[in-house]
Amino acid sequence: MTTRRIAVVAAGLSNPSSTRMLADRLAAETVKALGEHDIEADIEATVDVIELRDYAHDITNNMLTGFAPPALETAINTVVSADALIAVTPIFSTSYSGLFKSFIDVLDPDALTGKPVLIGANAGTARHSLAIDYAIRPLFAYLHAEAVSTGVFAASSDWGGSGDDVAPLAKRVEKGARELADAIARREVTAVADPYDPATYLGEGRSFGHMLGGLAGE
Amino acid sequence: MSEQSSAQAMQFGIMSVSDITRDPTTGITPSEQERIKATTAIAVHTEEVGLDVFAIGEHHNPPFWSSSPTTFLAALAAQTERLIVSTSTTLITTNDPVRIAEEYAMLQHVSDGRMDLMLGRGNTGPVYPWFGQDIRQGLPLAIENYALLHKLWREDVVDWEGKFRTPLQGFTSTPRPLDGIAPFVWHGSIRTPEIAEQAAYYGDGFFANNIFWPKEHYQRLIELYRQRFEHYGHGTREQAIVGLGGQVFMAAKSQDAVNQFRPYFDNAPVYGHGPSMEDFTEMTPLTVGSPQQVIDRYAAMREHYGDYQRQLFLIDHAGLPLKTVLEQLDILGSEVVPVLRKELAKDRPAAVPDAPTHASRVKAEYGDGPTRQARPGANRGDNLTGDSPYQDTPAPAGAAFGLGRKEA
Repeated sequence: MTTRRIAVVAAGLSNPSSTRMLADRLAAETVKALGEHDIEADIEATVDVIELRDYAHDITNNMLTGFAPPALETAINTVVSADALIAVTPIFSTSYSGLFKSFIDVLDPDALTGKPVLIGANAGTARHSLAIDYAIRPLFAYLHAEAVSTGVFAASSDWGGSGDDVAPLAKRVEKGARELADAIARREVTAVADPYDPATYLGEGRSFGHMLGGLAGE
Repeated sequence: MSEQSSAQAMQFGIMSVSDITRDPTTGITPSEQERIKATTAIAVHTEEVGLDVFAIGEHHNPPFWSSSPTTFLAALAAQTERLIVSTSTTLITTNDPVRIAEEYAMLQHVSDGRMDLMLGRGNTGPVYPWFGQDIRQGLPLAIENYALLHKLWREDVVDWEGKFRTPLQGFTSTPRPLDGIAPFVWHGSIRTPEIAEQAAYYGDGFFANNIFWPKEHYQRLIELYRQRFEHYGHGTREQAIVGLGGQVFMAAKSQDAVNQFRPYFDNAPVYGHGPSMEDFTEMTPLTVGSPQQVIDRYAAMREHYGDYQRQLFLIDHAGLPLKTVLEQLDILGSEVVPVLRKELAKDRPAAVPDAPTHASRVKAEYGDGPTRQARPGANRGDNLTGDSPYQDTPAPAGAAFGLGRKEA
């Protein structure tokens, strides 16, 4: 048995929020899928949930001062060191919420490179559902994250009887979670390189002379 | 041998950004001329109150005025007797290293060695294209340009080919460094391990600005620099040369300091309209309060960073009027720095070097013997024929400048 860590980022503004409800469902289903996985059987996954509302001031301060206050720094480290990310945002004016984008903007540009991501989004009606593929997916493509092909959109009606009968929310959640579980199982456990280790910035066994190229005869 | 301030374990001083900012309490924005004169007065007063160093930044856009640091620092050197003039920082990325070599060697001569410089990469994106460079090459520029600068100060005749600047054949940077000793260099960085590595590789100083971010950021960089300084054989990690920035505002009563500084904090270009002053003072070394609070905070710096050589304070920014800044200097000079000198001298291991000065570096190179005095040969208009453009070669055994001498 191996263990993996999943970070969940929920950008809902109200409390309780339907963004968080969707996030929790995606996380629980992913953990379940990993436990039953057939590539690498019986992966135990832990989940850390970050509600961006709690960090809204810190995120703004980070943008203005260039550094993350301690609580936000911990949250950022939780996200960038996780084996996978479940990112869920409400759709505001055709796209992710400003708070969601602001959080992404304070991450190092390469912090999500190669990370398996499951995208979730919610809005009042299903008419906003393609925002996942037109607006949110390109963001993760730009960051070189590996978003699984299924994104899960929940409209308000999905939480009651008037939702989609042919492909109900639970089924869509299960499909997305299974794809994320597959991506996690296929991938090595995340090891975060220490940026202050000379092997990281010089290359293993190299000296500063190597950065000087021919200048130092190395 | 040049006139020098006496050796000190720790140097204290002021670093100025050169921002021209509206005073939020009066609405008055000083003119460039007023700010340049005010900064001169601040630097002169830095010496008067018993501090050791004044450093100025380099910027190439309004609202800053300091585009030409060596011109300004030369004027300061002429108006002071003991003060070390320095930079915070000199742009190693967008300046031609040949011009840095020439200008700062010149400053070294006119100041009788009372200067050093701090290299940085700059913080205004467009400065790169303005000077024909690409910001994506910032780090490679810093590395290559310094390699050339380092060589130009140590070798009389330089052949050079790199990636960024036009090649040099038989080039001599003039004047040669004072007494044959290259200016002392600090490498400043707030986040780049490669710059800590660079400082360690050359055995130069490393400076952490220690202003904008929590101390943990700088701790990791300084620890890396100390570890690599030892790795490259320049001494033990405690012998590495470390400088720190800091930021203070003081009044006899703590609450007066808070009330007086708050409008400047709240409107400051770098952090205004962001975190509260209380949060920011907790998260960063900014200390707003009584002189004793400043003493307590800064006497503890060495617990985080190890014993160090230079402490610079930012007190002159965000629209603070000249009168206020001069009062801040009075408090630093009379109540804070004398106590910090004593506190930081306590239990300072003997192996920790004193702050570098021209005099101490001359002494290390020559002992009490004569120093190099570069005397050009008859001008033939080229450096390529014969041994050297200077009559004094061969250099005394072991002298650094002897390295570049061409053997006949």
